[in-house]
Amino acid sequence: MSLKSALGRARGLGSAKEGAGHFWAQRVSAVILVPLSLWFVVAVIGLAGADYATFKGWMSKPGNASLLLLTVLSVMYHAHLGLQVVIEDYVHCEARKLVSLIAMKLAAAFLAVFMTVSILKVAVGV
Amino acid sequence: MVEFALPANSRVQPGKVHKAAGAKRVKVFKIYRYDPDSGANPRLDSYEVDLDNCGPMVLDALLKIKNEIDSTLTFRRSCREGICGSCAMNIDGTNTLACLKPIEDIKGEAAVYPLPHMPVVKDLIPDLSLPYAQLASIKPWMQTQSPTPPDGERLQSPEEREKLDGLWECILCFCCQTSCPSYWWNGDRYLGPSVLLQAARWILDTRDEMTGERLDALEDPFKLYRCHTIMNCTKTCPKGLNPAKAIGAIKEKMIERRL
Ligand code: SF4
Ligand code: SF4
Ligand code: FES
Repeated sequence: MSLKSALGRARGLGSAKEGAGHFWAQRVSAVILVPLSLWFVVAVIGLAGADYATFKGWMSKPGNASLLLLTVLSVMYHAHLGLQVVIEDYVHCEARKLVSLIAMKLAAAFLAVFMTVSILKVAVGV
Repeated sequence: MVEFALPANSRVQPGKVHKAAGAKRVKVFKIYRYDPDSGANPRLDSYEVDLDNCGPMVLDALLKIKNEIDSTLTFRRSCREGICGSCAMNIDGTNTLACLKPIEDIKGEAAVYPLPHMPVVKDLIPDLSLPYAQLASIKPWMQTQSPTPPDGERLQSPEEREKLDGLWECILCFCCQTSCPSYWWNGDRYLGPSVLLQAARWILDTRDEMTGERLDALEDPFKLYRCHTIMNCTKTCPKGLNPAKAIGAIKEKMIERRL
């Protein structure tokens, strides 16, 4: 039981002086993903049915590899910002929240690194 | 975690039925009843109201029930014309003001519940102490640094005054506050649409000189950024205001000052 006043509860720990950056990053990454996704869809359609050699040839063009990297990294960045909000919304046990947030960000970072390495492997590897 | 079921002692049970003898046009009101002193679960009582002998609004029916059928029915009301905000409740599934809601707009039985997701004091009266404290926490009054002008008036051009339209009309009924899913899940930390609309009212007031401090106090993942523009608030506001837009204006100011 707490006898803390309603105003004391409402004021709580004050402002974390954070949130605008997250909000802005989420919007900007969403906007960036619009042209990138369009490019990605067009590229995938263009490559439909291609054999590995054709695909590797496409990937070894620096422009294609760079845009693909930018796309997957933007997706992971945008997704981790969104998932953070979902976890903060719905997970109310502080310990579980902390663990889920860290695990989610770690998974996002791993996927980003894994996809980067895979793309580079095909693009510049032998 | 989010809870989708009510705790056992809050589950609503069937209640008493009050018949209207000899009435021709009958409307059934199913009303949430809860008396904390009885220790019993909340229940849903049915009241038959004779529409030929009742005013047009839901509040008229509630008053008729209280005066003529069951004096234990408890609810707040004052102005009966949509200006005090006391009679906010959930009618026919939507938060609104009982005094502005025409009975004839409700198809079939009329379900009347207190504002959702608030502790209930009794029947249709929710405990609003937290939203009121949240309102106090944003300092809903003019704050200035410059001394009061000799004639006591702080001036504003008509265009500057126009920025407050759609904000000053808010009657603080908390219909929007208690319709917001983000407020349901995180009401202890999220300030909610009513309070943020008031915050916007002072942030956009050109006479106020503490805009930066106001923004500082709101820049928080929970206090402000739990709003995900779900728009329940705007949909439900009985005064036709747009709290989601007001919250958007605050978020715009947050970006404006960092770009
Ligand atoms: S727009 Fe924001 S404040 Fe309004 S209901 Fe949605 S989350 Fe709540
Ligand atoms: S914005 Fe509308 S619903 Fe919300 S408190 Fe004000 S008048 Fe009520
Ligand atoms: S009684 Fe005042 S708003 Fe309904």
